[in-house]
Amino acid sequence: MCLAVPAKVIEITGNRGVVSVQGNNVKADFTMLNDVKVGDFVLIHAGFAIKKYDPEDAREILRIWDEIREKT
Amino acid sequence: MMKENRILLAHGGGGTMMHNLIGETILGKLGNPILNALGDSAVIQISNQRIAFTTDSFVVRPLFFNGGDIGRLAVCGTVNDLAMAGARPLFLSLGFIIEEGLESEVFERVVESIRLTAEEARVMVVTGDTKVVEKGKADGIFVNTSGIGVIRPGVVISAGRVKAGDVVMINGNMGDHGIAVISRREGLAFETEITSDCTPLNHLVSRILDSCEDIHFFRDPTRGGVAATLNEVADQAKVRLELFEKDLPVNPHTQAACDMLGFDPLYVPNEGKMIVICEAADAERVLGVMREDANGRDTAIIGRVTEEGEGVVLLHTKVGGKRIVDMPYGEQLPRIC
Amino acid sequence: MSTTERYIAEIGALARKLAPGPVRLMEVCGTHTVSIARSGIRDILPENIAMLSGPGCPVCVTPDSVIDAAIQLAARPDVIIATFGDMVKVPGTEKSLERARAEGADVRMIYSPMDGLEIARQHPDRKVVFIAAGFETTQPGNALTIERAKAEGLKNYFVIAAGKLIPPAMRALLEDKEAHIDGFLCPGHVSVIIGANAYRPIAREYGKPCVVAGFEPEEIIEGIAMLLRMLAEGKSGVEIQYKKAVDNEGNAKAREILDRVYYAGDTEWRGLGMIPKSGFLLRPEYAEFDALAHFGIELRPSRARKGCRCGEVLQGKIAPFECPLFGKGCTPEHPIGPCMVSGEGTCGAYYRYNRKKV
Repeated sequence: MCLAVPAKVIEITGNRGVVSVQGNNVKADFTMLNDVKVGDFVLIHAGFAIKKYDPEDAREILRIWDEIREKT
Repeated sequence: MMKENRILLAHGGGGTMMHNLIGETILGKLGNPILNALGDSAVIQISNQRIAFTTDSFVVRPLFFNGGDIGRLAVCGTVNDLAMAGARPLFLSLGFIIEEGLESEVFERVVESIRLTAEEARVMVVTGDTKVVEKGKADGIFVNTSGIGVIRPGVVISAGRVKAGDVVMINGNMGDHGIAVISRREGLAFETEITSDCTPLNHLVSRILDSCEDIHFFRDPTRGGVAATLNEVADQAKVRLELFEKDLPVNPHTQAACDMLGFDPLYVPNEGKMIVICEAADAERVLGVMREDANGRDTAIIGRVTEEGEGVVLLHTKVGGKRIVDMPYGEQLPRIC
Repeated sequence: MSTTERYIAEIGALARKLAPGPVRLMEVCGTHTVSIARSGIRDILPENIAMLSGPGCPVCVTPDSVIDAAIQLAARPDVIIATFGDMVKVPGTEKSLERARAEGADVRMIYSPMDGLEIARQHPDRKVVFIAAGFETTQPGNALTIERAKAEGLKNYFVIAAGKLIPPAMRALLEDKEAHIDGFLCPGHVSVIIGANAYRPIAREYGKPCVVAGFEPEEIIEGIAMLLRMLAEGKSGVEIQYKKAVDNEGNAKAREILDRVYYAGDTEWRGLGMIPKSGFLLRPEYAEFDALAHFGIELRPSRARKGCRCGEVLQGKIAPFECPLFGKGCTPEHPIGPCMVSGEGTCGAYYRYNRKKV
C-alpha cells in the first residue's frame, strides 16, 4: 500500500529531522515515534517516520544495503 | 485511437502517447521515407556521403543539477543522437529561447557549459539563434541544438538488422540522470549523491565501431528509459527481446530513490547510456572494448533477442517468474498511496 | 536451494495436499498486487492456487463524485489542488485532474501532506485543497498536518477527507455470499499502524487465515507459504511474515493522532458501495478544514460506467481479462475505470505486466 522505505536517522531536532535512504537524504517528521536518536533506523512513508526498527533488524537492513553496494 | 483535444504533459513523455502524436499528426502530415524511419538521426545521402542529421530541444527543470545542466545536455543530446546513427558528429547549431529576466550570469554559465562539452565531444557550434520572450513564457531558458555528422562507411545501424540470437548490452547503470534531476525539483527535493550520467558517447561509439563495424543497433535510452528504447526496437524489428532482472545494472542509491518515489529504473531517463545490439559472435569482443572506455566500465549484457515475429520485451524476474516490460504510457507518476 | 526456492517447493507440496481446491487467496493491498504482477509470481504458483486482487488501491476506490468535486474546485482560480501522483489520471465523470490541469487548473503533485501545508503558507491569497485519500498508513500523516494547520491558525488549507480503513472492507468482502476467499495476504504497511491484532476478530469470526507480508517478491512467496500451511492444518488466525516492521499492537501513538482528528464514518467505496464505519471523516473540531463543507459542494451519487466491471474486479470476483472492456477501450492511456489508471490498480497491473501470454 504504501511506499515506505527503511532509512537511517542522520539529524534530529525535536520532532523534525533528516533521514538517509541509502544515500538519499530526505526531510522527516518523527512525531509518531518515541525516543528517536541519530543512528536509529526507521520506516519512512510520505515524509513521516512510522516505525522504529529494533537494533537487530536495523543491523540486518544495514547488512542488506552493504551487500547491494558490494554487488554493484 | 482516440484523439485528445489538448496536448497533455504525457505527450512529451517518450511513451505511447508521444508516439501516437508523432504517428498521427506529424507523420500524418509530413511523412516521407527518411522521416518515417524515426531514427535517432535522419540518414541522408549527399553526393556519395551518408550524413546523419538530427535535432533536439531541451526544457529540463531545474537548469542546473548534480552532474550537469541544460547546456551540457544540449550538446550531449544531439552529439549522442548522431553517434547512435554510427556517425562522427561534426557541427552543431544552437538556438536559445530566453525568458525575460533571466540572470545574465546564469546565461553565461549555460554557454560556458556548452563550450566545455563541445570541446569534450570535439564538435563545433557553427550557427545559432537567440530569442527573448516575456517573463513567464519560457521557464528560464529553452535550448535547441541540431547537428550533422558523417556516417562511417560500411556501418549500417538499423532496427531492421536486429535478429534472433543477437545480444543486448548497456554501457552502465540505469536511471541516474532522471533521479539526479528530480531530486532538485521543487516539492520533491532531496539530497543525493546520484549524479546525472550526461556525457558525450561519440568516442565510445568510435571505439566500438573500430573493433566491430557490423553492429546491428545503437540507441540512447533517454525519455521513457531503457524500457521505451527496447520496446521501440522490438516493435520496429518485430522481435522478442528477453531480459534478465538479475543482470540489469542499477546504482543502489538510484534504486533506493526509485523505491522511495515509486519509479522503476527501467523507465527513468538516461543521458549517457546506450543500448548496443550485436551478433552473438561479436559480443565478447564488443563487451571487452566497451569496458576499456571511461564511459563503458560497467557495461553489462542484459538480454538476448530470442525470436522473430511479434515485437515484445519480456523480463525473467529474480524469483523465476516472467513479465512484460511495456512501453511507458505517459509520464511516470510518483506512486504514493 | 535458496530460502525462496524452499518456500516455492513448500507451496507446491501444500498445494498438492489441498488439491483439488481451488484455493483462493486475496492480496488486499495494491502494492502487493503490483509486486506480484511485476515479479510474475502467478507463473510459479501451482494451478490450484489463485491470487485474487482486492480493493486496497486507494485511488481505485475513490468514488467518481470525489474526483468530480476536486475538478470542480480545481476550476476556481483561487484554488490550488495538492495531491499524490496517482490521483491525477483517475477519470471522474467527464475528465481527470490531468486534463483539468491541461485546461489551466492549478494541480500540483506532492510527496508528503506537509508539502501541501507549505504551499498554503507560501500562497496566503490562494486556497489549497489536499485530496486526503489513502489508508491507515497515510492518514496519520494527513491528520498531523491538519493539526499543524489548526495550531498555526492557517485559514487557507483544506482537505477532501477521502481516507479509508482496510478491516471494514475485508469484512464487507467476506459478508458477500458470492465471495469465495480462503485467506488473506494482509497489507504490510497499514499493519505497521493498526497492528496484526486488528485482523484477529475477522480471522476468528469468519474462520480465515491471514498473513501480514512484506512487499518484496521473496516476502510475498513466504507469506503465501504460511497461508497454505495454515489452510492445510485447518487453522485460522493471524500470523506475521513481515516481522521487521509489524507487530501485534501496531503504532499506538499514530492511532491516537488519527483518533484526535478523524472518526470512522460510513463511506462509499467505488465498486463496493457503502461500507459502514470505513472512512476517515473529520471530527467537528476540525470541520473548518473540510473542503466540501467550506466550498459548499455536495457529493453527487456515482454512476456506473457502461460495461465497466471495476466493482467486481475490486471484490476479487472476476479477473481483469474477464471484463469486456479490458484492453479494448479501457487501457492505461484511456482508462474507463480506476482499476486501469492507478499504478496499483488490478487491471493496470495485469495490463502492464501480464497481458500477453508469454
